[in-house]
Amino acid sequence: MNAIEINGIVKKFGQLVAVDGISFNVEKGEIFGFLGPNGAGKTTTINILCTLLLPTSGKASVNGFDVVRERRQVQRSIGLVFQDPTLDDYLTAEQNLRFHAYAYGVPRDVREKRMTELLELMELNDRRRSRVSTYSGGMKRRLEVARGLLHHPQVLFLDEPTLGLDPQTRRHIWDYITTLRKQENLSILMTTHYMDEAEYCDRIAVIDHGKIVALDTPTRLKDSVGGDVVSLQADNQEQALIELKESFKLSPVVQNGMVSFSVPRSDVFLPEFLRSFRSGIRSISVRRPTLDDVFLKLTGRAIREQEAGAWEQMRRMMGAMNR
Amino acid sequence: MGTDEKNDGGDEPMKIAEQWRGIWVIAYRDLLRFTGDRIRLVSALAMPIIFLVIFGAGFNNVIGQLAPGIDFMKFVYPGIIAMTVLNSSLMSGLSIVWDREFGFLREVLVAPLSRGSVVAGKIVGSAVISLAQGIIMLVIAPIVDVRLTAMLVLKLVPVLLIISISISALGILIASRMRSQQGFQLVMMVLLMPMTFLSGVMFPVNNVPVWMEVISKVNPLTYGVDAVRQLFLAVQPLPAGIPAGIPMPSAIGVTVFGRTMGVLDDTLVVAGLGILLLIMAVVTFSRQE
Ligand SMILES: Nc1ncnc2c1ncn2[C@@H]1O[C@H](COP(=O)(O)OP(=O)(O)OP(=O)(O)O)[C@@H](O)[C@H]1O
Ligand SMILES: [Mg+2]
Repeated sequence: MNAIEINGIVKKFGQLVAVDGISFNVEKGEIFGFLGPNGAGKTTTINILCTLLLPTSGKASVNGFDVVRERRQVQRSIGLVFQDPTLDDYLTAEQNLRFHAYAYGVPRDVREKRMTELLELMELNDRRRSRVSTYSGGMKRRLEVARGLLHHPQVLFLDEPTLGLDPQTRRHIWDYITTLRKQENLSILMTTHYMDEAEYCDRIAVIDHGKIVALDTPTRLKDSVGGDVVSLQADNQEQALIELKESFKLSPVVQNGMVSFSVPRSDVFLPEFLRSFRSGIRSISVRRPTLDDVFLKLTGRAIREQEAGAWEQMRRMMGAMNR
Repeated sequence: MGTDEKNDGGDEPMKIAEQWRGIWVIAYRDLLRFTGDRIRLVSALAMPIIFLVIFGAGFNNVIGQLAPGIDFMKFVYPGIIAMTVLNSSLMSGLSIVWDREFGFLREVLVAPLSRGSVVAGKIVGSAVISLAQGIIMLVIAPIVDVRLTAMLVLKLVPVLLIISISISALGILIASRMRSQQGFQLVMMVLLMPMTFLSGVMFPVNNVPVWMEVISKVNPLTYGVDAVRQLFLAVQPLPAGIPAGIPMPSAIGVTVFGRTMGVLDDTLVVAGLGILLLIMAVVTFSRQE
């Protein structure tokens, strides 16, 4: 039996088709990632799986239970970290966690022990008696993650769980989750926009406009881009694009103001390319493909164009230079 | 689009235990919030007291006695207690709308609790809070020269609880359809303000224009107010010369089809309506996504 089985799920909001016939399985103990731009239908799919929304059509089961007919059993099997906040700001951290433990029927001895363990892990233990309204955004996020894990779920849904957290905290959380997964054979369905986090996934479904456009391991997805990614800044972008297409038979795309394309082996390609490319080049860099490139190749758009700004570019160039 | 209540759970053992757990955890959280929220407590009590002081003192001399031994203050005070309970009970609805807006409702809805037990928990929490507020209001009884007896308080508890349960169910029913606080506040204004004022809190609903009388008599709040008032007036000292034990003057009481309603009649009306509203609230709340 798989942890999640989803078969031809469609969800319409009036005219809008938010999820358009998605099918996949998540195995027991697997970390499965959803990758896609804003509005792709990731959260809607999770809401259907966690019984908050009814599918327009299609079938889905979680932990072997049907998400429409056996809601209670599904609810008992799952833990959730929602994309949007769901804490009671007027209660303290401790009270929020207790509420959760009571609602899921966690036995008393387990409850207090695990609460302290999780609060310590999230570095919130000294603030456990403060109202959540006095917490910073990152602290609230950590508390939500702690709460989602409190009742030992068998299947965990993480909708951008580490949004807004600093890299160190993200590491902590992921270390803990991967340990849990080994200890308790936890299955995880997650979405994230952090590419490094997507690497924790065993498999990734790339989703766009409510459809899965690719589904594979991160490594194979990146290999599908084909070799290395070359990005260059040209004096004349139009001219460079034409030359790349016509003289080099490449399929370049424009990403964050850079022209980029992939080649099987950059070490062989570059010397020859630099000799014969006639358009002026201001800068050029080479890197291994990322999941961003996978997405770009599949859809012709970047996952979050607005956010992959100057800083991201700089980081990539540095990465390329270091190799 | 909706889920039937019978599909809400599925077949499973330990269903009863889980229902109780749902009721208790939802009520627990509402009580936690209430005790942690001084501002709400103070404002919930300040409003009726201000009402009482201003209207009571203002009208007491102008209006004089409504019946032998019953001045305006004695008339309006029980009404204000009922009103305190009404207002506080409606908060249960507001809290659902609030939770939906701030996301906490999702934490509740994905938990393995039936929708019915969530509604019941909201109502239990609301009834306890409302009763507490009604009882606290009794503290000012000596100040406004209203006599209290132990028996009165004892009888008041079940009556106030029944009023509170019915009104909480109404609040939740409205909230199940509301997506925003503004919407809920609007319904409160349009529906509930007139309902409160035409329930006999401020004036007897007998010698009023016919349209007003009709609205009052189909208004469930009227019977709640009347029940509380009758309990109070029954123990107020009567002036010398008037024999004790006569029924409440019909000028003050509520008459339906020629029958003057007693405390039990009133309470049964409110309870019957409460059951209806409760069923509707559970069904509506279970149907929403
Ligand atoms: N309750 C709703 N009513 C109407 N439309 C909705 C509703 N919920 C989601 N949608 C629409 O469905 C589409 C998919 O939304 P969804 O939240 O699933 O996207 P997402 O992949 O999670 O995006 P993001 O990365 O921004 O979180 C969007 O176009 C959104 O506007
Ligand atoms: Mg989302």
